[in-house]
Amino acid sequence: MSFQVVTPYSLDEALGALASGEKLVPLAGATDLMVYMEAGTLAPCRFLNLQELDELKPTLSVNGSLTLGAMTTYRDVRVSPIREQFPMLAWAAREVGALAIQSRGTWAGNVANASPAADGVPALMAYDAEIDLWSKKERRRVPLAKFYRGYKEMDRRPDELIAALHLPLPQPGWVDYYRKVGTRRFQAISKTLLAGRILLDADRAVRDIRMVFASIAPYTLRAVQTEAIVRGRELTPEVIEEAAQAIQDEIHPIDDIRSTETYRRRVTSNLVRDFLSL
Amino acid sequence: MMRVSFTVNGKDHEVAAPPMKRLLDVLRDDLALTGVKEGCGEGECGACTVVMDGLLVLSCLVPICQVEGKHVTTIEGLAASGHLHTVQKAFLENGGAQCGICTPGMILSAAYYLDHPDEARDIREALAGNQCRCTGYTRIFESIKAASS
Amino acid sequence: MTFQTIGKSLRRKEGFLKVTGHSVYADDLRLENCLYGKTIRSTVPHAKIKEIRFKDGIPWDEFTIVLPSDIPGLNAVTLIDAEQPFLAEREIRHVAEPVALIAHRDKHLVEKARHFVHVDVEELPAVLTMEEALERNNVFKSYLVQNGDPSEKWNEADVIVEETYRTGAQEHLYIEPQAMIANTIPGESVTVWGSMQCPYYVQKALAPLFDLSHENVRVVQTETGGGFGGKEEYPNMIAGHAALLSWKAGRPVKMIYDRREDMWATTKRHPSKIRVKAAFKRDGTLVALDIDILLDGGAYPTLSAVVLSRATLHAWGPYKCGHTRVRSRVVMTNSVPYGAFRGFGAPQAIFAIEMHMNRAALELGIDPVEIRRKNFLHQGDQMPTGQVIREKIDLEMMMDRALELSGYHRKRADFEQFNAQSRPHRKGIGLSVFFHGSGFTGSGELRLASELSMALTGQGGVEVFAANVEYGQGTNTVLTQIAAEACRIDPDLVMIHQPDTSAVPNSGPTVASRTTMVVGKLVERAALELRKRLKEPTDFEASARQYLAEHGELRITVQYEPSSDLHWDDEKYRGEAYAGYAWSCDVAEVEVDAVEYMARVTNFVSVVECGRVINPLLAAGQIEGGIAQGIGFALYENVVLEQGAMKNNQFTNYIIPTTADTPDIHVNFVEFPHSNPGPYQAKGIGEMPIDGPAPAIGSAVAHALGGRFINELPLLPERIMDVVESL
Ligand SMILES: Cc1cc2nc3c(=O)[nH]c(=O)nc-3n(C[C@H](O)[C@H](O)[C@H](O)COP(=O)(O)OP(=O)(O)OC[C@H]3O[C@@H](n4cnc5c(N)ncnc54)[C@H](O)[C@@H]3O)c2cc1C
Ligand code: FES
Ligand code: FES
Repeated sequence: MSFQVVTPYSLDEALGALASGEKLVPLAGATDLMVYMEAGTLAPCRFLNLQELDELKPTLSVNGSLTLGAMTTYRDVRVSPIREQFPMLAWAAREVGALAIQSRGTWAGNVANASPAADGVPALMAYDAEIDLWSKKERRRVPLAKFYRGYKEMDRRPDELIAALHLPLPQPGWVDYYRKVGTRRFQAISKTLLAGRILLDADRAVRDIRMVFASIAPYTLRAVQTEAIVRGRELTPEVIEEAAQAIQDEIHPIDDIRSTETYRRRVTSNLVRDFLSL
Repeated sequence: MMRVSFTVNGKDHEVAAPPMKRLLDVLRDDLALTGVKEGCGEGECGACTVVMDGLLVLSCLVPICQVEGKHVTTIEGLAASGHLHTVQKAFLENGGAQCGICTPGMILSAAYYLDHPDEARDIREALAGNQCRCTGYTRIFESIKAASS
Repeated sequence: MTFQTIGKSLRRKEGFLKVTGHSVYADDLRLENCLYGKTIRSTVPHAKIKEIRFKDGIPWDEFTIVLPSDIPGLNAVTLIDAEQPFLAEREIRHVAEPVALIAHRDKHLVEKARHFVHVDVEELPAVLTMEEALERNNVFKSYLVQNGDPSEKWNEADVIVEETYRTGAQEHLYIEPQAMIANTIPGESVTVWGSMQCPYYVQKALAPLFDLSHENVRVVQTETGGGFGGKEEYPNMIAGHAALLSWKAGRPVKMIYDRREDMWATTKRHPSKIRVKAAFKRDGTLVALDIDILLDGGAYPTLSAVVLSRATLHAWGPYKCGHTRVRSRVVMTNSVPYGAFRGFGAPQAIFAIEMHMNRAALELGIDPVEIRRKNFLHQGDQMPTGQVIREKIDLEMMMDRALELSGYHRKRADFEQFNAQSRPHRKGIGLSVFFHGSGFTGSGELRLASELSMALTGQGGVEVFAANVEYGQGTNTVLTQIAAEACRIDPDLVMIHQPDTSAVPNSGPTVASRTTMVVGKLVERAALELRKRLKEPTDFEASARQYLAEHGELRITVQYEPSSDLHWDDEKYRGEAYAGYAWSCDVAEVEVDAVEYMARVTNFVSVVECGRVINPLLAAGQIEGGIAQGIGFALYENVVLEQGAMKNNQFTNYIIPTTADTPDIHVNFVEFPHSNPGPYQAKGIGEMPIDGPAPAIGSAVAHALGGRFINELPLLPERIMDVVESL
């Protein structure tokens, strides 16, 4: 009836435990899980403490792509030189709670927690991140943009661990945009958010673009249709306005205690305008 | 129950506790270090801030099973051998504490910022996780300025 | 006159313990054999209780359970009246109303057990809005203040401006939740220790609950982690609950609310709806003012009548107007009872009148500064209550100083130019001018008849015995400074006794900005009396020690004495409403972002006249803290109600300004030490700073939006959006 913890000291042991059929809940920085426990929304369960696993240790290695070990925290990114190449990761990290949350909260935890209001996920998704999912049975890699299927529903089996996140190195010329609209400057949950990246031709036509939104759908949303509208076109005021309207058909915001559907809709369009008017 | 060994303010401790017991409760109930405060229990107020292995953490969000082998510093450990830390002294002299309930966490965060000025753009960002309902923060900023000069 | 200690920024007396983490708050106390108590609460706003069921799955035989039938005395909280039950017996009148109490030695088990208690009810229709309550004539209290007759003036006016203003509930969000520990000898006595502002209120509430004499109820204040009014009357309730459990269990009981329960179940600032109708001459002269105040009191009267009184008596602002009428009502709804909160009704009333003056200036085409200059009160003028301002005031000078410090005129012009170009954000600047009465209203201090004692100590100093508590606002230090000055001794020789009803006399509650002015005066008088007994010594320390060597002890008690020229008529609501007023002018600058419609305060100036400033550092700290809370009230703090109870009852969902949302705050004191009744001519300061920010910010936002006023607080982005979109 109470909460239990197993702490494996090797990956084999960890994956073996996950494969045993018993439901185990991975425990990383605990910044989400402890809140659920305190609120009484988490039924008693057994946790799998990931803290001692070498293979998951915080790492930020560049080898063709950037690999974040599963236990990599926001702070690890904020203090790493990697922020030069992936500025949006550092901006996003800065938006997560405040310093003491950033020293424990992990990127993988943010992904697996699957909150539609996650701040780390949109940045990762805009960088085309892929997820390493490891189980005793297999090791597979899935694109983050295809990972979510519904509210807190994702392409992860209970016997799988997120082992790492991979981000391809950005080609030169991409411009990043990240704006969180929260209830206050820091320590806030977003009401809407846009993580955008754009690559322009010499004639200002859009060669490629990513637009990822938070808090306006049941999960972090990459707005592929709106991206398609601007891709290949010059960013004239008309095109920008078209995109700002188009996004309305892709999002499904709701009223809740933090804001209203109307507000989220209007501000999301404003974010699109703000981003594309760079 | 599990046994966990760690140090607090330089002293070794071993406690027997349920593995998901909050570090906050272990410090307050098992070790009688009541300088660490609980304002919300959900990571928002910062009253329970302590330093663990050199990093700022919220003790209400740290399960004791993850504290094995770690070094924890609380407000009680900041004043080395009876001498106030410069930040404590500055808070005392510049009106940085009013009701005092946020003060232990605030002082630890302030001291951390002075040691790691590059980890936040300014004092405001560095302390955004520590809520104070009394001061309006002005005297807290003054205290930190005084401590850094 | 030169002072030794008054006017000096002494360190906070208990500061060392606070910065080292050694202060002892209620939850830090440990008692042997202690049980942990929890409250079972209703989940519907209005109902008949049919049955309380304790469901299987919990070892109930190990629990202490208290039901209304276990109450030895009066099942009602004695405050102004005795209407609110400690435990609802037959009828539930609001969500989160206490219906039963449970305790067990295992903290976690009580928490769990709470979910195994089921309250069967028969629901009744609930009244959840002020409007509906008014229709049904559910009025707790009403007042009327009238001077002249505004209704005769409307047709003489050049311009009439009429608007309705609304403010939402506000949560105190002290960082230390409500906390109380009780130990009792069943049948004999009760002792409680806890977080509170008013030990004698708790005693007064507990004695009838247990049918004990007051002496057999001992109340001790522990270090208190913020209160802001939230620990004025609510501690009566939690103290009663802890004591009832202890009485039944025969063991100590600790009750510490978690944040959710604290936000869900305890009092908040009264929501308001205030209609203001004002008539002006073309040049801005105010000729008539008609104000209608409506407050939501919630399900029980608590302190609503006095909150309404203060709202009423601050409604006209610092202006003279020969024809004024203020009608005010506080109504009963099925919401969680609203209660004391810093400002006590004044912030709502001042938001309305100050927004209105700014709106009127706009409609008259004159500057908000000029409309004020035209109408300010001066020495010798009368307020609508007939109270003549006897003290020197110079609001023009204070306003000019605030304008200068903020660069108001230059910025106003610059911002208008800035806003004319389309930019990602707009800027605005706005001001408010206001007063706040110190101490209890009217004859309140006379009825309180506060007493305070002072005794010589073996060190040759003095010890102060008062029931007024330190909860951050500086009681310990300020009373020390007054005692040291009056005795002419070193402040280190002054001791302040812990507030404990078994050791200190009843110097009244720690509320209403009265501690410095009213209680401080008692300290001064006691000190002077001691000096007299020591025959005006040149060396106080030596004389004191000698006196003690000869006589063993010297302890004297003084009592409040009203000044003979203060008169208040409770029936007509006329006379000297307050013995002293503090005055202030705020200037706020804001930016409104065009993408998110969010207003942010970027700079804040406050000029304050509160008589003699006893400790400039602590006084500035009070004002800055009040301003930050006022910024929260204005922009961020939104209590979302569901069935009359707070739905967003989590720290993460109730947004208060953090370091990053609080601007630089510049406080500037103006001192007119003139004859007012406070010690060394000091007046109260605790509440005033929360009065001015909302209208200053509201007007700054209106300025940024090209003169479009939003009459409802908080000014959430969702509200600003509609205005910006219509530009
Ligand atoms: C005060 C506060 C403020 C916050 N502010 C923000 C904010 O601004 N923005 C934001 O996005 N989030 C915020 N959060 C939420 C939280 O900090 C983040 O979601 C964080 O990234 C979670 O990481 P963690 O390591 O702490 O996760 P944990 O709590 O350990 O786990 C979260 C979930 O992920 C699963 N999980 C973790 N690691 C793995 C893995 N390797 N493989 C499979 N499953 C795994 C867990 O089982 C669990 O379901 C805040 C939280 C708090 C308490
Ligand atoms: S108690 Fe831990 S952050 Fe509030
Ligand atoms: S001093 Fe009271 S909360 Fe900060």
